[in-house]
Amino acid sequence: MNKTELIDSLKEIIKPYIQDEAAFQNLTEDTKFIDDLKINSANLVDIVLDVEDKFDIHIEDDAMENMLTVKGAMDIITDKIGAK
Amino acid sequence: MQNIRETRGLEAPRYVMTIEKIISVLPYTTPFLFVDNLENIDENGVTGTYTYPPESYFYKGHFVNNPITPGVILTETMAQIGLVCLGIFLMKDKIEETAEFPKMAMTSNQTDYFLPVYPGEKVTVISRKEYFRFGKLKCQVEMRNEQDELVCKGIIAGMIARK
Repeated sequence: MNKTELIDSLKEIIKPYIQDEAAFQNLTEDTKFIDDLKINSANLVDIVLDVEDKFDIHIEDDAMENMLTVKGAMDIITDKIGAK
Repeated sequence: MQNIRETRGLEAPRYVMTIEKIISVLPYTTPFLFVDNLENIDENGVTGTYTYPPESYFYKGHFVNNPITPGVILTETMAQIGLVCLGIFLMKDKIEETAEFPKMAMTSNQTDYFLPVYPGEKVTVISRKEYFRFGKLKCQVEMRNEQDELVCKGIIAGMIARK
């Protein structure tokens, strides 16, 4: 899966939880889930669970703490898929 | 008192998160405590009860000359028993370690209501854990009256600070 495909998959997962449509339309790797997309911490957990299902991976508590930005999420997913 | 061993005993006192203990650390009091007793609690869920005193303040206004327990109070009762009590149980090691009550907040709830609850009625709340991950506790919760009829049910979630 290339970078564009990965971002597209992520966007599909996070779309139901975003509260700032403009920030979502202008999403980049640097976009922050909570600060920019106004997602709350509970829905960020939902995103992590959806990511686990979508990519068939398991994310630990420590790893989630790095999942604050789109890039952070991409790094974790890439890392976990690579380790499979 | 079964908690006597929690005080400094002869053996290394092993902390036990008893039902009494859970209720004693609940961060609520009258007129917003909606837990009387827990019938059982384990890693997967909790069952508890509450009786709404007829003199409860909200009956004065809900409704005029027609007191019925407000739906938000039913939901709050489901959350206090089903989510907060279970959350305390699941976080017992942390609470023991830090001697502090963890910060908690309800983050979502979706409830369907089926029957009214009148002043003085006793209800039983049954909560089943869907998951507890990354500090989010999500439960399927239902409330039944003394006739074992379904009063309301829903899905309630909250965040528990882990640090």
